[in-house]
Amino acid sequence: MTILWFILWSVLKVAVVTVVMLLGIAYTVLLERKLVGRIQNRWGPTRVGPYGLLQPLVDGAKSFLKEDIIPSGVYQSLYILAPIIALGCSLILIGVVPFGDPSVELHDFAQYCGPWIASFVPRGLHLFQISDVNVGLLVILGVTSIGVYGIALAGWSSNNKYSLLGALRSSAQLVSYELALGLSLVGVVLRAGTLNLRLIVEQQGTNGILSWNIFGGMQFVAFFIYLMAAFAETNRSPFDLPEAESELTGGYHTEYSSMKFAMFFMAEYGNMINVGCVATLLFLGGWTNPFGNFFGTSHNIFVLALFPLFWFVLKVFSFLFLYVWVRGTQPRFRYDQLMNFGWRWLMPLAMLNIVATSLWLAYR
Amino acid sequence: MHLILFLVFAGLCLAGAINLLLQSHPINSALSLIVVMTSLAVLYLLLGAEFLAAAQVIVYGGAIMVLFTFVVMLLNAGREERTLGSRAARAIGFPAVVAILAVIATVILHAQGLGVARLSDGITSTDELSAVLFTKLLLPFEVTSVLILIAILGAVALASHSGSKAEERTGEE
Repeated sequence: MTILWFILWSVLKVAVVTVVMLLGIAYTVLLERKLVGRIQNRWGPTRVGPYGLLQPLVDGAKSFLKEDIIPSGVYQSLYILAPIIALGCSLILIGVVPFGDPSVELHDFAQYCGPWIASFVPRGLHLFQISDVNVGLLVILGVTSIGVYGIALAGWSSNNKYSLLGALRSSAQLVSYELALGLSLVGVVLRAGTLNLRLIVEQQGTNGILSWNIFGGMQFVAFFIYLMAAFAETNRSPFDLPEAESELTGGYHTEYSSMKFAMFFMAEYGNMINVGCVATLLFLGGWTNPFGNFFGTSHNIFVLALFPLFWFVLKVFSFLFLYVWVRGTQPRFRYDQLMNFGWRWLMPLAMLNIVATSLWLAYR
Repeated sequence: MHLILFLVFAGLCLAGAINLLLQSHPINSALSLIVVMTSLAVLYLLLGAEFLAAAQVIVYGGAIMVLFTFVVMLLNAGREERTLGSRAARAIGFPAVVAILAVIATVILHAQGLGVARLSDGITSTDELSAVLFTKLLLPFEVTSVLILIAILGAVALASHSGSKAEERTGEE
């Protein structure tokens, strides 16, 4: 009985979260178009729906209806596999992310509706996390490192020099910055003493904003390194060399059309959301309240369930806003600058941060 | 449940390994190797070695295999020509493989004090692993890191050597 409940509940959670994630991706695209529009002193999309709010749906329909061209001379199986890997890896990551207070259970809501209903619902069905993995942080790093194959295979199988150059740039960039990214997270792990994302967040929840890792944990250097590396990992401006239009026409997705192109597009925005989620969990206190216990605590189940969700979404949204803001204002790096910055600045800085954090933890 | 998962992923692992040998295009072989690595990670997970599984995916699946595919792409390696191999290799190869596997199996089966891990055993936490790694196995751990350092120095030396040679050559021209 319980295992059946568990399986049904997991399937339901996966379905709901995936749909929300896809909607989030679609509306992140709209956010970017609107914000970049305002930065460049124009309106962005306004025609479809009120304030252009239905634009993402129309965009989706358009990419579905476009002709799906597979150029001759491509390595067909890998050409088709590449966008699947890219999108799959960007959608899987949300599975280990606690996006609300994971201690809230379905049973609590059933109890609220009445004890008769509660007697049907077993305990242990958590609402706001798909799976609580002990090595959650490593799972995130692992899936990110597999995501490189999507881009690399797309570039190689397209049989196009621009695609290949874009893919090579991208793989080199990802491999270089993944090191700085991983090292920047070590400080947080040292402080928390665990790789479990839920526990890392719970440790930051005691005194509101003062106990967040970025402030109270003195991890602001690590946050800066993570931010830079995250921009590079997601191929976003100012590190968007893999798809630099002025040099490579479109980079690794030059030869892709229709829904296959849209899959790469969605993977990119999905990765932006993932990176925002990880930053929120590790540095910005996750779902916890920035005011701590300043306003007292509530015992209402709806307040306990929905406010953490609200804080988490707000933090991820601010991160996405920052992403678009940087894209609207910063010019692109040159390739040698990119590599120098990654290897000569970020990586030594991350090492220093680890040493400093360990010394602080040992002698405080 | 554990047994079903074990059979599925062990099968996937073997299929990947066989596909690796049969494919004629190097990129397909490299991708099959990734399948082998990741299914091995799942097998580690089934044995309760969580950290090892994650590390397997990050290090082998992510880092090392990316370099493999990178090299295949950069060298633009094409389809290999299929040869039937030498007759000696076919005659001696299979018995040799069987003999080596038999030797390894007997050594493992007769070794004392290895301990036992079952499919449904509990999960070894990262805490326990690190405690063993940094106390009991500290010396081998540090020696391994020195070994890796030597490999890095060797790679740098080789790269800088061939780089200076290339400069000389362009200078002569």
